[in-house]
Amino acid sequence: MSAPLLEVADLDVYYGDFQALFAVSMSVLRGGATALVGANGAGKTTLLRTIAGAQPAASGGVRYDGSDITAAPPHRRIARGIALVPEGRKLFPSLTVEENIQVGAAAAASDAWPLDRIYGAFPMIARRRRQRAFTLSGGEQQAVAIARALASGPSLLLLDEISLGLAPLVVGELYETLAGLRSAGATLVIVEQDLRRAMDTCDHLVCLLEGRVALSAPVSGVSRDEVVAAYFGEGRS
Amino acid sequence: MSEPAEVARPPSLVVADVAKSYGSLSVFSSVSLTVAAGEAVGIVGPNGAGKTTLLDLLTGTGRCDSGRVVLAGRDVTRLPPPSRARMGLGRTFQVPRPLGDLTVFENALVGAMRAAGLRGRAAYGAAYEALVLTGMAGQANRRAGSLRLLDRKRLELARALALRPRVLLLDEIAGGLSDPETEALIATIRDVNAAGTAIVWVEHVLRVLTAVVTRLVCLAGGQVIADGPASEVLASDAVRTAFLGGGVL
Repeated sequence: MSAPLLEVADLDVYYGDFQALFAVSMSVLRGGATALVGANGAGKTTLLRTIAGAQPAASGGVRYDGSDITAAPPHRRIARGIALVPEGRKLFPSLTVEENIQVGAAAAASDAWPLDRIYGAFPMIARRRRQRAFTLSGGEQQAVAIARALASGPSLLLLDEISLGLAPLVVGELYETLAGLRSAGATLVIVEQDLRRAMDTCDHLVCLLEGRVALSAPVSGVSRDEVVAAYFGEGRS
Repeated sequence: MSEPAEVARPPSLVVADVAKSYGSLSVFSSVSLTVAAGEAVGIVGPNGAGKTTLLDLLTGTGRCDSGRVVLAGRDVTRLPPPSRARMGLGRTFQVPRPLGDLTVFENALVGAMRAAGLRGRAAYGAAYEALVLTGMAGQANRRAGSLRLLDRKRLELARALALRPRVLLLDEIAGGLSDPETEALIATIRDVNAAGTAIVWVEHVLRVLTAVVTRLVCLAGGQVIADGPASEVLASDAVRTAFLGGGVL
């Protein structure tokens, strides 16, 4: 039995006095893939950002690979192997594709993902390597954002709404790449609005509702109706 | 059939065949919606459904390409936001930003004077009433900058109510509160509605929304895909698919 790579315990997170997460706990097994679902404003992005160190926790803790990283700054977490693909991609528009990817390698945890391996995994951006990021299509930009995260040689990859605004065909290609990453040993946490895609890709599912965990279950042991009920808060008084 | 001796009030708000695009991006092709006098209606929909655009078209921040917006029987489609406010359209903002150095009362007064155009005694009266209705009268002399989130939300409601609106538009007011605070906010909004103000409420926190409204309108892909009793709308396959993708069916 594999140990959890990531353990989030009783996490409270605030923006000022707006509480975004309420005692959220979650654990992700090494090599596993967890789907994080929930309505807008449920706290999915906040949870990913807190795991990545971009948002401080008011209380509770984050353990990664056996040590407490709750207070560690983001660059140290990257060096430990945690990489975030942020919602909206957040590329450097005036840098080229390759420069964007190299930024990701600046604090790398390992050299598991040199450029040639990245381009092998993302043929759609290999031929665009000298182009500035803003000239790319949405799907290509998303691929660069994932590539930039891979360049840090992560063990844990956090992906925030990579499908947003993309054509279904392109989304399909990105998810095929994720399946490849998983078989290569990566651990994934995926925020995804499309429930079927989330459940097809992942082995565990966490549904957030109003900043709280409404459901946490193995994908194999949960029905779509149960997820829908958790998503809409049915049965919560 | 006996005719009840009552004068039918016009609907608080009518949105008729409204279309809106930004450049080549069409947000709505044709959206229609009627809010009865004093009714409370929730607007839900996934990201990008056009909820914010709808609020903008109602307040006049955005202009309709075609269609009409009718407020309490008067066509306001071509009127700018301040005129609509004086005709009885109030709104709250998602992130309440009170004037921190002014008192709670002075903040409500700004709503009454600036937005409603009231002066003197009438303005003071409207501001005070709004504070009573939102449970903020006891903190009238407190500096607004020292309020906690729940009370900032209540003050945001009071500021909007100080113009004595017929229709109050609420934009994402529910998030970030503890359970008891959430219950307190629900009670406040119910009081506002019970006092006769129609409410149109865009909200993601469905549990809070459906604690106040009985009717939901679901927007998706620039259309009204469901409109009816909250439980029926949330149970509909079209709504579930809009929120959760094709995997639900």
